[in-house]
Amino acid sequence: MDIYLPIAELSVDVIVLLGLGAVVGVLSGIFGVGGGFLLTPLLIFIGIPPAVAVASSANQLVGASVSGVIAHWRRGNVDFHMGAVLLVGGFLGSAFGVWLFAILRRVGQVELVVTVSYVVLLGILGSIMLVESTRAIIRQRRPGGARRKLHQHMWIHGLPLKMRFRRSKLYISAIVPVGLGFLVGILSAIMGVGGGFIMVPAMIYMLDMPTAVVPGTSLLQIIFVAANVTVLQAVGNGTVDAILALILLVGGVIGAQLGTRFGARLRGEQLRALLALLVLAVAVKLARDLGVRPIDLYSVVMAGSA
Amino acid sequence: MSGRRLRAALLLAVLALAFSPGIARAQALVADLTSHLVAITTGFTGTSVVLFGATDGAGDVIVVVRGPERDMSVRRKSKVAQIWVNTREVTFAQAPSFYSVASSRPLDQIAAQPMRQLQQIGLENLRLKTAGTVSPEETAEFREAFLRNQIRAGLYVPAVGQVSFLGSRLFRTTISFPRNVPTGTYRVEVFLVRDKAVVTGQTVPLVISEIGLDAEVHDFADRYALLYGLIAVLLAVVAGWLASLPFRHS
Repeated sequence: MDIYLPIAELSVDVIVLLGLGAVVGVLSGIFGVGGGFLLTPLLIFIGIPPAVAVASSANQLVGASVSGVIAHWRRGNVDFHMGAVLLVGGFLGSAFGVWLFAILRRVGQVELVVTVSYVVLLGILGSIMLVESTRAIIRQRRPGGARRKLHQHMWIHGLPLKMRFRRSKLYISAIVPVGLGFLVGILSAIMGVGGGFIMVPAMIYMLDMPTAVVPGTSLLQIIFVAANVTVLQAVGNGTVDAILALILLVGGVIGAQLGTRFGARLRGEQLRALLALLVLAVAVKLARDLGVRPIDLYSVVMAGSA
Repeated sequence: MSGRRLRAALLLAVLALAFSPGIARAQALVADLTSHLVAITTGFTGTSVVLFGATDGAGDVIVVVRGPERDMSVRRKSKVAQIWVNTREVTFAQAPSFYSVASSRPLDQIAAQPMRQLQQIGLENLRLKTAGTVSPEETAEFREAFLRNQIRAGLYVPAVGQVSFLGSRLFRTTISFPRNVPTGTYRVEVFLVRDKAVVTGQTVPLVISEIGLDAEVHDFADRYALLYGLIAVLLAVVAGWLASLPFRHS
């Protein structure tokens, strides 16, 4: 059954969209990540213009993060203070990112920048995860390995403007979370991702936050950053397809339920290794497409659009 | 509408046109469309419209369909450091967004080339002006690429359609539009040709527009971008909240 997407201006099979949403939902259920980093490239694969894919993914992300935060909040695993500080940087970053996006659109390089960003980020992320999970699997088989130091002191802890975060049991400079939020805000605007896959490791390894409060706090700030991106994209670029976002959300909800149940039966390290392989596969596919000679070197667009 | 009923209705309409005093006698050519409005709704997968008409005697009929004019940019990729990047852009000002031709006989048999060029009959005679100054070689190169892309997208139809005569004076042709047809006001130009020259012509407008929820969404998103963005966020928040309800007690 085809549905006409008003902003993307093309007809797409609803089942395909629901399926996409479900696949991403299953992943986020199993792995606890937003899945935006897979959703945007998948939308581009099925022919949605990159500009619309990015903006609508941000829209979808708002809904997905809201349900995630509510779940974590019920368990008391959200640091609202940290979330607010991250958000200051997030707002600034997303505004900057949308402005950058509009310029790229004008010069016709959105597609390139989005794809290259994905190749680089997914490539790095996938490799790190693969190494980490492989080590964990090996360590499990050979008990008694070295433990990570409880608290590491780095240059980050020497920065001024220190703040106390009670829920996270931290006393660190506000510059670090603001900067982190800014970076993730830019990513959200240019790539249509929540940035959870950057935010979560950064919170654990850079900020030294307790692992339990990380996903909820990360999702909390993603809600607002994604909402900010959605509004800014709608105003600045007119590329948010709300119908597309809602269909993806419906599929995502179903998928997340399946994923959570399935995920409970698998082991953590194996899951992470699996996700790492998946992430790397997407990166390789995108990278190959960049280097493959297009069927037609020329493309036609309406003047002034992506 | 069933084929038979359509045909009967058509015949009646044509006869009414052809034999109504004053019109047929005053004009050598009368033509009209079965529908002046094509509505694109949610399940739109392309459509066709029938053009019918009458002439005041022997002659050939050529029908040219032109979509609303738009500035179209053609981008060329070239390989920079192992990846393909858009490196050159040429914009054609006010190019028709859709183009197709139908004729009662092969074009070269019924119309002289200068006349076809003048009336822009046939894709090779389509006038495309570049915005800004572009060298003739590059213009030719981008023009060819533009036509090729538009043909691939189904927006320019390279094959000349058939205008069929019912008897010697009544004619009809079917104009097909693909699912990705651009919206706006189309011009259907009908030419009556005798001895390789245009005797007379008539232009029939055709409106293709989005109708229903999609159209309203698009229109709203255009006009009230900020409000649309806020609503999109609100919808997502509500959907996310609803999604979390079933898990409340787990």
